[in-house]
Amino acid sequence: MTKVKSLADLKKMKETLQSKIDLREKGDSAENLVQIKVAMATCGIASGAKNVMDFLLEELEKRGVNAVVTQTGCMGYCYAEPTIEVKLPNADPVVFGYVDTKKADEIIEKYIKNGELVDGIIPVNYESIDNK
Amino acid sequence: MSKYKMHLLICGGTGCKASASDAIAEKLKAELAANNLQEDVQVILTGCFGFCEKGPIVKVLPDNTFYTQVKPEDASEIVKEHVIKGRKVERLLYIDPTKKETIEDSKQMGFYRKQMRIALRNCGFINPENIDEYIARDGYQALGKVLTEYTPQETIEVIKKSGLRGRGGGGFPTGLKWEIASKNQADQKYVVCNADEGDPGAFMDRSILEGDPHSVIEAMAICGYCIGASKGLIYIRAEYPLAINRLKIAIEQAREYGLLGNDIFGTGFSFDLELRYGAGAFVCGEETALIHSMEGLRGEPSNKPPYPAQSGYMGKPTNVNNVETYANVPPIILKGADWYSSIGTEKSKGTKVFALAGKINNVGLIEVPMGITLREVIFEIGGGIKNGKKFKAVQTGGPSGGCLTESHLDTPIDFDNLVAAGSMMGSGGMIVMDEDDCMVSVAKFYLDFTVEESCGKCSPCRIGNKRLYELLDRITKGEGTMEDLERLRNLSQVIKDTSLCGLGQTSPNPVLSTLDNFYDEYVAHVEDKKCPAGQCKSLMKYVIDPEACVGCTACARNCPVNAISGERKKPHEINTAICIKCGACYEKCKFDAISIK
Ligand SMILES: Cc1cc2nc3c(=O)[nH]c(=O)nc-3n(C[C@H](O)[C@H](O)[C@H](O)COP(=O)(O)O)c2cc1C
Ligand code: SF4
Ligand code: SF4
Ligand code: SF4
Ligand code: FES
Repeated sequence: MTKVKSLADLKKMKETLQSKIDLREKGDSAENLVQIKVAMATCGIASGAKNVMDFLLEELEKRGVNAVVTQTGCMGYCYAEPTIEVKLPNADPVVFGYVDTKKADEIIEKYIKNGELVDGIIPVNYESIDNK
Repeated sequence: MSKYKMHLLICGGTGCKASASDAIAEKLKAELAANNLQEDVQVILTGCFGFCEKGPIVKVLPDNTFYTQVKPEDASEIVKEHVIKGRKVERLLYIDPTKKETIEDSKQMGFYRKQMRIALRNCGFINPENIDEYIARDGYQALGKVLTEYTPQETIEVIKKSGLRGRGGGGFPTGLKWEIASKNQADQKYVVCNADEGDPGAFMDRSILEGDPHSVIEAMAICGYCIGASKGLIYIRAEYPLAINRLKIAIEQAREYGLLGNDIFGTGFSFDLELRYGAGAFVCGEETALIHSMEGLRGEPSNKPPYPAQSGYMGKPTNVNNVETYANVPPIILKGADWYSSIGTEKSKGTKVFALAGKINNVGLIEVPMGITLREVIFEIGGGIKNGKKFKAVQTGGPSGGCLTESHLDTPIDFDNLVAAGSMMGSGGMIVMDEDDCMVSVAKFYLDFTVEESCGKCSPCRIGNKRLYELLDRITKGEGTMEDLERLRNLSQVIKDTSLCGLGQTSPNPVLSTLDNFYDEYVAHVEDKKCPAGQCKSLMKYVIDPEACVGCTACARNCPVNAISGERKKPHEINTAICIKCGACYEKCKFDAISIK
């Protein structure tokens, strides 16, 4: 059994345990974080959205980006699946189509980290799923 | 290591457990396993979310979806739709009672928007049976901090400076209480947690113990360090089995980690805890009675002084605090006195937990910053009065609090303002009443409780309250006089002034405050023999409208006391002298000819 022998011990424990509830804490303050929604309806899953979501989760953590990744229903761009919506704090959400892991990598590096726009944005009269 | 993408939080509080939240958790787990998602989605049983009336609650994170009144049968749909396809299960979402629209994100719910959670910070957020989750939320760091960085006196200074006042009813400054106990010298001292919670309708202490037991344990250890006590006792009523169970688990885990016991954090400080069970008498929540009860004596209050801080449990200096008071301590230590005192009003700092009940749309447990108005609590958090009725009064402070009116709605809530308005904070019961509530009956209801719960030790309380009850009873029966109203006032004052403990000293408050704020209603009962709210049975009169009556005889045949007379096909009449007001005739008349006056 782990005995906590000093305050430093406890702090170390907290560091390792933190990740267990990280996702809950992030949900609590989502508006200040990068929010990514992955379309996970049947069409999305069929074209590999699950892979993309796993990739995003893993890579964002590896690259130290504080983000909340959630899944959502069909965004109505079945032809462009997998689609993801990315909302940077204080910015309007942007939807990307045909996101494979390579594209996802580019989105993290260019758009999320530096705010540079990258190809593949679905702009036309797109309505954020929030105001639907 | 598995990496969860989603957490499903299921309320494991008493309320939700009673409506099968365990079964929901099991079903969710099974459904996730069937879809091979057990590595992706974690199911956690938490403490109370506060919104018990709409329970069982399932909250999905990180998207903050709040599902209400979930049944075990809904588990598969939640997994298939929300977890797998990302589509929210519309029919389980919360519907805003005023706007009638569904709300997806719990942070947009009126019930949560104005709340601020300090004492309840972990309730509904962590698994209370897992110390690791508490540690992940900075648990036991406050204890570590005071043991390694502060002297006891420095710690007490932080608590004093924070402005924290006791949440058990009296509002005594917590830091000052600790200081007094720390200055009294003795070979052994005790830290006591008052978890008796006798107020009818109150469940804030239970929810904290069920949802976040470690926060109380940690705070008691901090208090032990400050006053020089190595032993703590939690006095909890035996009717709280879930809270008791979670406390036992938490104490055991804290001991295993070495956070209770000898040489905590290698600092040489030792502290351990024991549970003591109460049988559920209201007066045992009074601190001297509580101490007697723990000593195995009758749970009767005794004269103060001596105060427990001088001579308490086993005659030793003892610090007694309420559950919620303790729950505030760790965040104060970690975030600082200035942070805490920046919240609240000038003389009441921080937040207060209320059990919101009565005729409002959102019944539940809430935590709000001091200084919020009654109107915000009732109409924004509480979602307004049920069924579109009119607000009439709000009773705060439990059985010995007072009833406030429309004109008090914009009062900022704090210890002093509530007292100035003729009520009190108490432990945080808040019961909202509408136009259908009779204030004389309300006062009578509370007096009935006090008469039942008085320990009988002193006569003003034992006999006086009984007489108050009888006077109120007479008034509700239409037998009261204007002199009785004076008698109520005088007797109330005598009881307040001469009773030994807080029970008798405050029990007439419901009478006095209703007399002050709803005098007209008393007069209507006495002079006009009428109950304006239509609640007092004796003052109601059943009458038949001869125009509408067709003489079908249905009423007469159903009257149990033969109070109705009249010929067939001719208008009937009720002999009010015999009528026992059972309402049978009213129910039976198909022609709406009978009315209540
Ligand atoms: C009749 C009566 C019942 C009480 N019941 C409780 C109770 O259930 N819980 C509680 O914490 N304090 C109760 N109190 C107040 C306690 O006597 C005591 O003031 C309190 O526990 C001190 O803790 P605090 O300073 O943290 O508020 C009661 C007082 C009276 C007079
Ligand atoms: S005031 Fe009432 S409850 Fe308190 S000691 Fe006297 S009789 Fe007992
Ligand atoms: S039941 Fe109604 S209509 Fe019939 S006799 Fe009685 S009052 Fe008249
Ligand atoms: S209220 Fe009951 S007792 Fe009175 S007249 Fe009607 S049926 Fe008879
Ligand atoms: S017990 Fe579940 S919300 Fe309170």
